Amino acid sequence: MSYPVEQNEKFASYANPERLVSTEWLAAAIADGAVADGKLVLVESDEDVLLYETGHIPGAVKIDWHTDLNDEITRDYVDGAAFAALAASKGISRDSTVVIYGDKSNWWAAYALWVFTLFGHQDVRLLDGGRDKWIAEGRELTTEVSRPASGEYPEVERNDAPIRAFKEDVLAHLGNPLIDVRSPEEYTGQRTHMPAYPEEGALRGGHIPTAASIPWARAAAEDGTYRSREELEALYLGEAGLEAGDDVVAYCRIGERSSHTWFALKYLLGFDTVRNYDGSWTEWGNAVRVPIVKGAERGSVPSALVRN
Amino acid sequence: MRKLEEMSTNTLPTALAEIVDDFQALTEPDRLQLLLEFSRGLPELPERLKDHPELLEQVVECQSPLFLTIESEKNDDGHLAYRLFFKAPPEAPTTRGFAGVLHEGLDGLTAKEILAVPDDMPELLGLTRAITPLRMRGMTAMLGRIKRKVAAASRLEH
Repeated sequence: MSYPVEQNEKFASYANPERLVSTEWLAAAIADGAVADGKLVLVESDEDVLLYETGHIPGAVKIDWHTDLNDEITRDYVDGAAFAALAASKGISRDSTVVIYGDKSNWWAAYALWVFTLFGHQDVRLLDGGRDKWIAEGRELTTEVSRPASGEYPEVERNDAPIRAFKEDVLAHLGNPLIDVRSPEEYTGQRTHMPAYPEEGALRGGHIPTAASIPWARAAAEDGTYRSREELEALYLGEAGLEAGDDVVAYCRIGERSSHTWFALKYLLGFDTVRNYDGSWTEWGNAVRVPIVKGAERGSVPSALVRN
Repeated sequence: MRKLEEMSTNTLPTALAEIVDDFQALTEPDRLQLLLEFSRGLPELPERLKDHPELLEQVVECQSPLFLTIESEKNDDGHLAYRLFFKAPPEAPTTRGFAGVLHEGLDGLTAKEILAVPDDMPELLGLTRAITPLRMRGMTAMLGRIKRKVAAASRLEH
């Protein structure tokens, strides 16, 4: 059963207000017993695999982006059987309302939400501002690991096509809008990994031709919440030049930062067709004979690749 | 040239070998819990370093900001021993945990002892699957940075 949707002025201006909840709303829902009685399943998803253990929102379960959501062997997400087992073990049923939050302005939480969406989970929301805002407001944390009653989750086949782009899709997409959400240094090709992050091995630096550079964090305010609709429109419609109805592909390095942008484009601005290219730069920057543009200019699609 | 070394605890200093044994005796979830305890046990920086972030070097391969430095002092036997200092934010418990392991395992040892630690020692903790190879790379880089700094300092002092 779906838990009631939060109503507030900021969220009301977004295309899909039901996709966000505020820290106040969550605190009230917890006080109401919604998490304790399983009406609402709270999931923490962080970059650091041990952060949940240092303290989390009472009742939250942990899902690790790497060990839980990625297939151990193939570079892909888990299959329907593994996802069903994971969800059930976290107390999630197919009709559960799931609220996900995490560190770094929900960077990994948005990634987890995107993976839930690959499996067609209907009611999955983000805690606006994530873990940091909850802590900054002095709200309760616990180190007690939640052990929810098992959920009932069917084996659902992943439906990648609507929200996930593969390399071939991106090649076919060239000429349509792309958003590169990496740092300016990665975009220009000065470096192939995030500043202060591990080198993950891309043989070439630069960006996909015509991609607009809008680093992911620009969609977030200082407190980690999403910027207002007006600010997001200035960023993506104004600066990036997107137009209503555009078919958009977002990418980063491995698809995590671009999930945060995917969420903003899809649910806050209401673009129908937004896909996350999770192969991202660690695939494109290593692929043979794909076009790359270096420098700050967006560049153009090589004529041989222009499709009618 | 890097010497090829046998992956065993034989070349590990006693304290580090004990830590490795402790990790290996545990199941994977308990290993993570032990790493968390090491993250809590990582000592604060002394005041003189707290006020001087420029004296610490960042290990950029770590996913979260990790800064470290070394200092040498004469130990009771009259040998030069190396003290290790780390700084990592509480929001990065995995990185802090590994810094805690290296601190407890290597602090106060001689250059010879520290340099004998195999570069791939982090693999011995049995955390690679739980933490992922990507995160382990930062750990290996941290050990590498300590060894490079110790090697450079011991060359200067001899």
